[in-house]
Formats: sequence, C-alpha cells, structure tokens
Amino acid sequence: MSVQVMLEATGVEVAFPVGTSLGARLRHQQHMLHAVDGVDLAVRKGEALALVGESGSGKSTLARAIVGIQRTSHGQIELDGKVLPARRPSADRRRIQMVFQDPYSSLNPRLTVGGILRELLRVHHVVPRHEVDSHARELLRMVGLGEDAAGALPRQFSGGQRQRVAIARAIALRPELLVADEPVSALDVSVQATILNLLQELRAELGLTLLFISHNLAVVRHLCDRVAVMYMGRIIEVAPTEELFRDPRHPYTAGLLAAIPRMTTRDEGEAPAVRGDPPSPLRLPTGCRFRSRCPLAQPVCAEQDPALVTSRADPEHSAACHFAWTAETASAPEPV
Amino acid sequence: MSTVSVAPAAAPVRPRRARWYRQPTLVAGLALLAVIASMCFAAPLLSSFNPDTQNLEEPLASIGQYGHLLGTDQEGRDTWARLLFGGQADLRVAIIAVIFPFIIGTVLGSLAGYFGGWVDVVIMRVIDIVVAFPFFVLVIALVFVLGAGEKSIYIAITAVGWVSYARITRGEITVAKRQEYVLAAQSGGLSSVRIIGRHLLPNVVTQSIVYAMSDIVQNILAIVTLSYLGLGIQPPTPDWGTMIADGQNFLTTQWQLTTIPGLAVVITGLALSLVGDGLADLLRPGTS
Amino acid sequence: MSGPAQLEVSDLRVQITAQHGVVRPIDGVSLEIGAGEAVGLVGESGSGKSLTLKSILGLLPPEAKVTSGRVVFNGTDLTQLSRSRLNKVRGAKIAMIFQEPMSALNPVMRVGNQIAEGPRIHLGMSRAQSVRRAVDLMRRVGIPDPERRFRAFPHEFSGGMRQRVMIAMALSCDPELILCDEPTTALDVTIQDQILRLLAELCRESGTSLMFVTHDLPVVAQVCHQVAVMYAGRIVERGTVAEVFSRPLHPYTLGLLRSAPDVDRPGQSLVPIPGSPPSLASPPPGCRFHPRCKFAEEDCKATEPPLRLVDVSRVTACLHYERCLDEIGADT
Repeated sequence: MSVQVMLEATGVEVAFPVGTSLGARLRHQQHMLHAVDGVDLAVRKGEALALVGESGSGKSTLARAIVGIQRTSHGQIELDGKVLPARRPSADRRRIQMVFQDPYSSLNPRLTVGGILRELLRVHHVVPRHEVDSHARELLRMVGLGEDAAGALPRQFSGGQRQRVAIARAIALRPELLVADEPVSALDVSVQATILNLLQELRAELGLTLLFISHNLAVVRHLCDRVAVMYMGRIIEVAPTEELFRDPRHPYTAGLLAAIPRMTTRDEGEAPAVRGDPPSPLRLPTGCRFRSRCPLAQPVCAEQDPALVTSRADPEHSAACHFAWTAETASAPEPV
Repeated sequence: MSTVSVAPAAAPVRPRRARWYRQPTLVAGLALLAVIASMCFAAPLLSSFNPDTQNLEEPLASIGQYGHLLGTDQEGRDTWARLLFGGQADLRVAIIAVIFPFIIGTVLGSLAGYFGGWVDVVIMRVIDIVVAFPFFVLVIALVFVLGAGEKSIYIAITAVGWVSYARITRGEITVAKRQEYVLAAQSGGLSSVRIIGRHLLPNVVTQSIVYAMSDIVQNILAIVTLSYLGLGIQPPTPDWGTMIADGQNFLTTQWQLTTIPGLAVVITGLALSLVGDGLADLLRPGTS
Repeated sequence: MSGPAQLEVSDLRVQITAQHGVVRPIDGVSLEIGAGEAVGLVGESGSGKSLTLKSILGLLPPEAKVTSGRVVFNGTDLTQLSRSRLNKVRGAKIAMIFQEPMSALNPVMRVGNQIAEGPRIHLGMSRAQSVRRAVDLMRRVGIPDPERRFRAFPHEFSGGMRQRVMIAMALSCDPELILCDEPTTALDVTIQDQILRLLAELCRESGTSLMFVTHDLPVVAQVCHQVAVMYAGRIVERGTVAEVFSRPLHPYTLGLLRSAPDVDRPGQSLVPIPGSPPSLASPPPGCRFHPRCKFAEEDCKATEPPLRLVDVSRVTACLHYERCLDEIGADT
C-alpha cells in the first residue's frame, strides 16, 4: 500500500513583528518573533498525525498556517501537489477545516447552532437548497446531539456539547483534512473521552485525515499514528507513535516523555526530566536551540544548528540532533 | 468500528434571559419617555389651542388665565400647546438625526476595525480631524453655513456625529475579530462582508445602541441650542429652544415661559439617560 | 496515619446564596491530614474541591458561608476564629499556592518584597533579616541569581518561575501545612515536572504537610500518598494513591480512571461517564452519582450513602462498591 502525501509544508516560516517604533519599522530594523522557523512537514492521506509541543513551540501557529487563517512569511503549503496561494480560493478552503481549543469562544454566541451549520452549507452549496435544513440536523446527529439542538444557542450547551457542535461545523464542508487544535484541553476529564471517541469514529466513518495538535502525550499515544515534536518553532523529531515512545532520539523528546506524570508515585530524589526554562524566542542561542537545557550538549551544538536527519535503519524516524543516530544503534545518519 | 459509541448528549439547558422588565432603570426610563412622547404626539388631543395662533389680546397671560393652562407668550400663543407641539418637533428631529450617524459611523468603523492597514489609518485620521473641534461648535458653524432649518440640522449632525459610532465600533471589532468564532468563519471561506455583517456586528452593535441613547440627548441639546440662537427649527413651528429664548425677557413676570420648556428638556434628557443606562445593564455581555 | 490529625475537616457544609436560589457546593466533606502527609483532593470542575481549600482558610466569597461542620487545625476550630486570629494562622501556619501565578502575585510589587512580607509580619523579622530569608528561599526553590532577581517584578518571570516565587512565599514563614490549588494546571509538562518534584522534595525535607487539589489524576500520584475523590460537593472515596488508582471502590473513580487515556496503557479504549454533573441547586436524591452510575440500584436513590470504612484506611460512599472490584477483575 503506497503512502500518499496529502499535504506538504516546505520551509514554512511565520514571523511576527514585536513592539518596534515607527522609525525602526521604516528602517526595516524590526524585531521579529519567529513562531514557526522553517518547518517541513508531510501529512499522509488517512493518517492521524500529532503535532506535539509546549508553549512557544509554534504548533498552533503552524496549524493555523496550514488551515489558511494565518499568513506565512516564507515557504509554501501544497495540497495534493498543488501549491496553495496566500489567498485561498473557497474550494481549497473547504478541504482543510479546523476545530479550536476553546469551546466558549469558537461559536458565534448570537447564532443558533443550526444557523451556524446552515450558513456554511448554503454559502458553499454543499447540498441542494431544500436539503440544507435536514442536512444540518444530520450533522448534529452524527456528532451525537439530538434534533432539538438545532434551534438552541451555544450558551445553552455545556463545554463538551459545544465541542461537538464545533466538530459538526468542521465536518459540514466535507473536508479531507481536519486540524484539531487541542480540542479537549479545555474540557473536563470525563468529557474528553466522548470527544476523543467521536473524533476516532468520524475519522473512520468519513475517511478523514487528522492533524491533532496537543501537549498531552497520553492522548496522543492513544489516538495518533505518527508524531511530530516541535520546539521553539522547529520540528525536532518525527516518528511513528510507538517508535517515538519506545525509542526517542532527541533529548527534548526523551525529557518530554520522562516528564509525563504517571499513575504510580515516582521515586524520591530523581532529578527533573528537563531542567531550566526555554530561552526567550527573541534571543535564541546559537546553534541548537535546545542546548541550554540539554544534558548531552557539546561544543558542536553551539556551533552548528542540527538539521532534521532521517535514520538509515528506519526511514520513518527523523530527529534534529547531532547525536541522534551516533550512540547505541550503529546506524550512521544520512542527510535528508 | 469501535464498540464504544457516543452517548447522545443531554437536551440543551433552557436559557435564563434577562427580562427587560426586571431592569428598574430601563423600565423607569421607558415609562417616562413613553409619557413624554405620547403627550407630545397626542398634542392635538391634549390642547384646545393651536400653537401658532397669535392672540394679541391676551399676551403674557399668567398660569390659568383665560383658560390657558400655562399662560401665553408675548404674542398670545398658548404655552401649553407650544410645549407639546414643540416637543414633537424636537423629539422627532433628535431621533431621526441619530440614525444617519449611527449607520455611517458603524459601517466606517467596521471597515477600519476589520481590515486595519491603510483603510484604518485613513479613517482614523479623518476621525481625528473631526474630533479636534468641539461638537457644538462644528454643528453650529455648519448650520450657519448651510442655512438655518431642519434639513441643515440633519446634515450637520450627521457630518459631525458619525465619529463616535465609528470609534466605538472600530474598537469593539478590533477585539472581536480575534475571537475564534471569527477565525472559524474565515476558515469556512465566508466573505468579509458576511463575516462583518452577520457575525461581528450583531455581537458588537449593542455598545453603539447604548451610546445612541445619550446621543439623542446630545442632539436635543444641540437642536435646542441652535433654535435658541435662531438657527434651528424655524418659526412658526414651535420648539423648546425658541421658547426658552423668547421667554428670557420675561423671567421676572412670566417665569414659566422659559423655565417650563427648560424643565421639559431636562426631564426628557433624564428619561433618555435612564433608558441608556438600563439598556447598558441589560445588554452587558454575560448577563443571562 | 500516625498520631493525631493535624488538620481535620468534619462534615463541612458551605452554602452560596445566588440570584436564582441557594446552592450547596460543599455538602458534607470530611477529611484528615496528619503531620508531614501529602493528601490529594481530586475532582472535576464543579466538584467543590477548590472551594474546600478556600473554606479552610476562610477565603470564601461574600455570598458564601459555612453553615455547619468544623475545620480543626491543631486543636482549634478555624471556622470559629475571629478575623484577626485567623490572620495569624494564614501565611504563618497554613499557606496557600494558587493556580494562576500571574493573578496571585501583586504585579506592582517586587518579587522579593512579596516573599519577605510574610516573615516581616508574622515572624517579626527586621527588614534586613527578611530580605536575607527571601533570597535564601529563592535560591532554595531554584530561582537562579536570586540576589539580582529579588528586585524583579512578576511580569519579568516565566510561568514556571512565578510559581516558584509563590512556593517561596508559601514557605517563607515555615508553615505546617501548605494548601495547593491546581498549582501546575497552567504550566507546561516539563515545567510541571520540575515544580512537582520541587514541592515533593521541600515537603519531605521540612516535614510540611500538603493538601493538593487537582483534576489531573496522574499529577496527584507524583506528589501525594493519600487521595480523596470529590463529586458534587461530597467526598466519595479515600485511600492511598496506589490503592485508589489500582482498586477504586467507587463507580465515579472507576469512571474517571477509564475515561482518561493512560500513557502507559495506550491500547485501552476510553469509556466516558454518561450524563453530566448534577446541578448543585437541586441535586438528585440519595447518592448524587446514581443517575450516571451503571451499578445503581433502588437503595441508591433512597438515602444518601455515608462514607464507610471498608478496609484498612479505605473509605467509600458507595453501597455496592464490590461491583467496582468485579469490573476491574473483568478488565485484567
């Protein structure tokens, strides 16, 4: 079975100007915050790819750039081989849809739930006019909300129910790629399960490809086939889920996994998984941006910024560390 | 297919909408306003005299004299009738004069807030210029230039008054456009016009509506001032401003000629302020 | 638990008079903490866990009041103390750490001064002494370059650093008990890991007891040895962390455990808890969890089940707790 790449991001950069005076701006001397600093990512058809990172990693910004609601400063995004222009045509927009994190601000408080769905269906002519109403109800049924939900306002629903509405909205346009930005982080634990199960079901039922952004590795391990780990605007490791958990090759990934709280009380006196704080994004260290917190840091790490390198033994696994492939496994790194 | 199916969610909770009739300020204001407006617009029924009819045999009548409820002015015209009909004119002009600035200001403010960039810069600079002049000064100057009369009042107030609505709307939209439901609408491929008109404005227009109430008060004062200066509503149509101006000379003898219309302005202003406050409380986001 | 309890909450009930009626967010909560113990209090939003912490120190909002029950700390009932005497306990004997360090720290006061304030007021230290103590504490909680950073303002720190400042403030008067209200919920995973280890270590070294409120079950396991589970204003289960998480004796706890993905058991399917938490203005009769419980029987609806001791230091409020054990048996 061949692996078909659906979406490919190449060299994507997203930079924001930070607090500069008019004079400096005129002289083109702005401080730029590179939220996404050169990302190459391929999303394969039908898979569930996780984009994992902590605050400042750029994962949400990258997700928004992929969906087309955030302008990129550099690089390109291709959908099925075709480069998407900065101003996406409606037909392309339909194919990538997003579910947002906060169920309380992602629905227009003045429109009924049915109204939100019907508007999308009508504007994009998803179904013939006389079927719009029934199709809207059908969408609500698919996410597990009853018939009478259509006439209600968002504020009448709980957080979990609102997320279902948000999912219904995202699938209304029959997208091929669904980008979910921390869809369960703002929900109670017992409600998270319903949304995660719903996403899994819909994925199977509709053949959706899923790009799942999260900082919660337990959820990621449960739901996703592949994981891309981001740190300070870069992707620093990509691997199939089980491989990543079993054999992380980047020290940050290893630290992130070790930092996850487990259900068993930990031993006393263990040092924290990752020490220190992330550097300021406006003052990144030279060379590898993780070196200030890395237990393996060597002089070469300050001189050279490591590129994302694929393992020769396992082409599915790449990591951006000078020592990713040198140590135990005897596979010499091969440039991508 | 997984064996775990999604449990259907519980039926949505009934909302607790704030009842407008439970807001005391709003109710008081509306009641007062209703009384004033109905009295003014039912003027023909409430007064047996014609406001324009001069009766030079009964000038400056005292309260109750000759059957005149509030006496007469220097030309023998019944004060009570003039009060009611004058109220009609003032209220009508003040309310209509709010509509155009509201519409123009809201539209320009939305464009400035949503699109930003040079659109915003241009509109904001125009606003800055208009705002540099005091409201009354500019309105009076414009009416003077355009010639006295109702039409000039509308033009002048519109030209000057739109800026407040523009600023309010721009501010609200600049913040609201960052809300995720707007991003969702954008990712859903909806046009900017639709997003502004259908998604943003209904959520931000409440501030403008509340402001409009105090704007009506300001308009009444402007009209009264203009009429006082002879630039506003032209005779023979009565209005409170002209009444105040005419009556000044007789403050010591027939004080009611000036003070009663003045009181009418104050009470109407109060009623409108109460309505504005009540609306602000009612429409404050989060109260339900 | 060895020795007498340091803090004993007995049948605490708190009532809030709101616009549309009377709500009882805490309706009969009892727990104990012994000296040097770390006890976790877990529950979802609306369970009343944060409010329980605040009730201990009398930090309730004006519309809320304690209607019955006691909070006995070292023999004194805190609910009966006057404001001035309660203030002597707050900060000095019992300290609190909050969830959002940005709103819990005074933005216009230098960080060092905020840490030094407690010792000045409660321990009567001179300015110089309290400054020295603050610098020591900052070093101890892992803030680099403490002499210089003493003069910094909260906004100059990252989230993790601010939380360390809060911990330093909490420790400043050598309290006997620290109450933690979701202190790591707003932090990144790696920073959370640092903070949790720091808290655990500090409490071990100084013998301070800890009451740790969170909705995140694994987090409790990192810091606490005992845990109490709260639902709709009541405690439904108590025991050691190891016991409660491996052999839960209440259907709600079982539901929580099965609905959250466990990073060490990825293949396990998630089973959500059906329904939603009850309204606290009109809770269901009898056991509050029964509408959502698949083991519910007639007697569950009739009377409110009391917390019973069913095993060595294992307490549950479920009349049919054996069914939970059967379920777990079927799982493994």
